[in-house]
Amino acid sequence: MRIEPLTNWIDERLSISSLTKLADKKEVPLHRHSIWYYFGGMTLFLFVVQVVTGILLLLYYRPSAENAFESVQFIITEVKFGWLIRSIHSWSANLMIATLFIHMFSVFFLRAYHKPREITWISGAVLLFIVICFGFSGYLLPWNKLAFFATKVGTEIAGVVPVIGHPVLRFLRGGDDVTGATLTRFFGFHVAVLPATATVFLGVHVALVQLHGMHVPKKYEHNYRRMKFFPNFIMRDLIGWILAIGVLAALAAIFPWELGEKADPFAPAPAGIKPEWYFLFMFQTLKWLPAKILGMDGEVLGIMAFNIIAALLFVVPFIDREPENRRRHLIFNVIGVVALLYIVVMTIVGYVAK
Amino acid sequence: MRNCKLKIEKCKLQISPLSPGAGRRTGSSQNFHFLVFIFQFSLFFIFALCSATVSAQPKNSCIECHARLDDPRISAPAKLFDNDIHKSRGLMCNDCHGGDPTATTAEAAHDIRKGYLGKPKTLDIPAYCGKCHSDANLMKRFNPSLRVDQEREYYTSVHGRLLKEKGETRVATCISCHSVHGIRAPSDPLSSVYPTNVATTCAKCHASADYMKPFGIPTNQFDNYKLSVHAKTLYDKQDLSAPTCNDCHGNHGATPPGIASVANVCGQCHARQAELFQTSPHKKAFDDRQLGECITCHGNHAIPKPGDQMIGTQQGALCINCHTQGDKGFIAAGAMRSRIDELIASIDKSSAILNLAERKGMEVSKPKFELKGATDALTHARVLIHSSSTSEVDKVIEPGMDAANKGYQAGVGALAELSFRRKGLAVSLVFILFLAALVYLKIRQIESRQEQTNVS
Repeated sequence: MRIEPLTNWIDERLSISSLTKLADKKEVPLHRHSIWYYFGGMTLFLFVVQVVTGILLLLYYRPSAENAFESVQFIITEVKFGWLIRSIHSWSANLMIATLFIHMFSVFFLRAYHKPREITWISGAVLLFIVICFGFSGYLLPWNKLAFFATKVGTEIAGVVPVIGHPVLRFLRGGDDVTGATLTRFFGFHVAVLPATATVFLGVHVALVQLHGMHVPKKYEHNYRRMKFFPNFIMRDLIGWILAIGVLAALAAIFPWELGEKADPFAPAPAGIKPEWYFLFMFQTLKWLPAKILGMDGEVLGIMAFNIIAALLFVVPFIDREPENRRRHLIFNVIGVVALLYIVVMTIVGYVAK
Repeated sequence: MRNCKLKIEKCKLQISPLSPGAGRRTGSSQNFHFLVFIFQFSLFFIFALCSATVSAQPKNSCIECHARLDDPRISAPAKLFDNDIHKSRGLMCNDCHGGDPTATTAEAAHDIRKGYLGKPKTLDIPAYCGKCHSDANLMKRFNPSLRVDQEREYYTSVHGRLLKEKGETRVATCISCHSVHGIRAPSDPLSSVYPTNVATTCAKCHASADYMKPFGIPTNQFDNYKLSVHAKTLYDKQDLSAPTCNDCHGNHGATPPGIASVANVCGQCHARQAELFQTSPHKKAFDDRQLGECITCHGNHAIPKPGDQMIGTQQGALCINCHTQGDKGFIAAGAMRSRIDELIASIDKSSAILNLAERKGMEVSKPKFELKGATDALTHARVLIHSSSTSEVDKVIEPGMDAANKGYQAGVGALAELSFRRKGLAVSLVFILFLAALVYLKIRQIESRQEQTNVS
């Protein structure tokens, strides 16, 4: 059977051939740091895994304080391969945040945010915060003891911000306490608000990457080879994605994500409660800060400092505008290394601390 | 008694009036004097307010005078009375002792014409307290739920009978347990009759060999009680529902329960066990031999935590104290113990496999919860042994065994599922690696073709 008439029919209407011509022309620079290009694609792949497994979990999940825990328990004990889907969803979420951090730091250190890629950087920073919100909202959904108290502590931290803190806390919780209303709200954020927002920013981010092409570090600007994006680069990406599926399957089978005990709002908080690993460095910092700093509340100052750092992240391309400025390059490298070391060390300290 | 005179100081306040026409003043001088006026007026207002507050509280010469005396026997009541529940309800010294609390001299305050009663004799104490505490109409004003039969009940106690019938004044009266002048509500943890303090209060007399010598009763009850499961529950777990002396002996009517009534005492809390015992063959056998129903096996003050070792026919079991090999009770005891042991072994086996599955990451909280059905059955079976009936025990052991077996099967299933996952993972990884290798080979093939094209 000949399929040419069919492809012609489609091409006349959707102009597929122009896209394939475009893909054929697209190239990826090859140099010593090309390996970092793969982390953006890996993050995107893990996001797709999240969407697919998330939709499957939605078939059984019931978002209420009375049913959430039981429905997740049902998914992992009764539903065929439900345990696999749930564990992959949880592990993939964590790996996605890890690859996202690697992607962001690689872009930072390679100074890939310079003109004309400022908006690409900003959309990426927005996506980072969206993904963190995904993690925070999704953590509560199984409605287990740890998630309940972690959400309580997390929203309390948001509540100490001056002026807007309390309204934000009430908005997040859907009242003064973490209740079934909080769960319903977080479910809404997790499956509707955040995916919609993420899709928009992801579209912008990916489109801009296609528009500007891959950034080449200054050092290799006149000394690099090229690789065809399709099929050479995308097939290398594919190897990474296939291996990622293997890693996810192994993690799910060997270390299935725990469900724990059902949340009991009247029970005392478990001792040594900690947030997810990607919040640990902030959590540990707030724990170590003295109660009063220059007469001000230490915790409030710490939260304000993190907010300022988060805001600074967005304006990085506008502070470091001169690719030729070597002194500024050095300063930014030092800042990046210190930030990275701080995050790693404080995360380890937070993990081992009692 | 030493005379005591109260010095009542009278304070007078003199306020210099401000003369409005006291000479011509400059603007700043006028402002200054206006401020002085405001200051003085404020002082006057505050002082007047304080005086009014102070004068609202009537003077009580009993407290004021007794508190200043050097002899601690006389001054202590005035100091202790601050924490007394009677004071918190508005009662003062003269409400019990009579006299005139407004008098300024000891003679006038202690005037018998003003109803002064003084310190009551030991023999009179129950009636002294009973003046109010036996008066239902009066007590309603302070605490409508408080009983008013304490005095009557007291005279039914060993303490009360010895006091009334033999004039024995070494026995406990109201103040021996409740203390005097510093009396606190029994619900106050500092009260001498708060549940955790009762045994110590009783032990003040009952653990003293010298004090108890004339009465010829043992003094080891407190030491024994401290070894008991009841004391451990009360002191270590702070569980106020655990019994202390008065819960078994009564408080105002304190009496050792006789053999005939001891089961009723224990049965207040252990109702099901008492009920089963009444219908068991042991009831008649114990009655015939004049044996205390519960205490024969469990003891009285030093009641140990009951355990399965108490039942059965092995060394150390209590059943063989009376039963001998081959008799009906001996066989029943052995059978009940073996059924309980079987259920325990079954529960342990199920718990072990479920814990193993849980440690390996399997979700088994539901079967673990359902295994509680077996542990509940075990508890029930341990209660049912008081019926001395093997068939009664079997009725709960059977469902317990079923629940334990279901738990075990769930554990086996979880481990089988784990094994399936591991094997599935191995197969998947082989497939995944094979796929990755295929893609890699394809890339090489494509790139080799591209190189050839470039060269040509």
